[in-house]
Amino acid sequence: MSLFNKVTDYPTIKSLFFDGMTLLFGGFGGVGTPPGLIDCLIESGVKVVKLIGNDAGFPWIGIGKFICLERAQSLIASHIGSNPVAGELMTQGKLNVEFSPQGILVERIRSGGVGLNGFLTEIGRGTKLEYDKPIIKIGDKEYMYESPLTGDVSLVFAKKADTFGNLVFDKTARNTNPYVAMASKITIVEAEEIVPMGELNPEEIIVPGIYVKHIVPSKGYNWKWIWEMPDKSSRSAQPAK
Amino acid sequence: MDMGDARQIIAKRAASEVKNGMIVNLGIGIPSLVPDYLDASIQVFFQAENGILGMGPTPLENADGNLSNAAGYPVTILPGGSYFDSAIAFGMIRRGCIDVSILGALQVSEQGDLANWIVPGKRVPGVGGAMELAYGAKNLIALMTHCEKDGRPKIVTSCTLPVTTYRCVKKIITEMAVFSISDQLLLEEIMPGYSLNDIRNHTEADFKISPDLKPNR
Repeated sequence: MSLFNKVTDYPTIKSLFFDGMTLLFGGFGGVGTPPGLIDCLIESGVKVVKLIGNDAGFPWIGIGKFICLERAQSLIASHIGSNPVAGELMTQGKLNVEFSPQGILVERIRSGGVGLNGFLTEIGRGTKLEYDKPIIKIGDKEYMYESPLTGDVSLVFAKKADTFGNLVFDKTARNTNPYVAMASKITIVEAEEIVPMGELNPEEIIVPGIYVKHIVPSKGYNWKWIWEMPDKSSRSAQPAK
Repeated sequence: MDMGDARQIIAKRAASEVKNGMIVNLGIGIPSLVPDYLDASIQVFFQAENGILGMGPTPLENADGNLSNAAGYPVTILPGGSYFDSAIAFGMIRRGCIDVSILGALQVSEQGDLANWIVPGKRVPGVGGAMELAYGAKNLIALMTHCEKDGRPKIVTSCTLPVTTYRCVKKIITEMAVFSISDQLLLEEIMPGYSLNDIRNHTEADFKISPDLKPNR
């Protein structure tokens, strides 16, 4: 493995996970959450202190599979409605959930990823989502301070990666992935296709390879449309074949 | 009235709020039914917060696993449409680029406070993008059935559920009535099959009657 060839295998990835890590994951309702890397995380047996991503996925798709195992202490997300298990765990006090408005959440990740110290907004002011965030007065307006988010490890799904880690995404599977890719010490990418350097059009690269540490080939994605959803109440829900 | 019928009636009425040339964001639930009732002559761009401007209808075949709407259903893209990441998606929402946001609601107060993200101890859907849509959209329309299943009114003096955003709803559409909210809650329309008395009996909030009230349209 070198700066210009970051392609590795799943067993190597598994050894990068550690107890107590903060983990960022890309994806929106499971679409764009790297399925192979989530399985690898599950197999690692590691406990995560903080998960950060758009949502809680579905019980059998995306980060949802991992959340169901009760190996995450806390979650920062914009919603968890598609994963009833996450709601149960939250109600039982087994998963500490901090809600962040969707676009604010991604800006917090972006802020962490681009070396800034957070930002001010009036969105969420006066609601439960204020939590204990500092309120800052400028002129006669009051704003909430939103802190930057960073992680130990980021899990990212890309359409294409070259061996340096330059990334191209596909349609709505892009979502939070470009910012998640920038915000952790170790960014791991699962790519549908891995190509030699020079193959990607530099104009089309969304994430420059400088942010990426490791790349693995995807074994194919497994997100199913929600009309194929099995019994929502079943905890061990598996999609119908 | 059956819940399903009520949802369709609400969606149909909401479709008449969508005008030619608008940029429209639809929430999940009843709002997702609105496109079914749009007149074919109306050309709009739907924005989906998972990263599409110019979202097209459900594909008849060959659904693309990497192309869905914000609820996870497969969609298509129209000529002139674009894909972008979540930061851009919400940048355009906060910045005021969305002409109308049509959201589902659990409760709306007479001041236009919107509650639609949590029923403590029961349902925890989460706030998603609703706060930012409520903040940035030029017009916010809330769709909901007029009452809870147990008959409790959802248009209330003050929200008992945790508020998503204060003073943001401009219009409420239910199967019984259409209200506007500017300085006060104003009854604009009585929907077919209901009377002013029905509405009074099923609405907790105080409301005034618009001088242009349209009954049984």
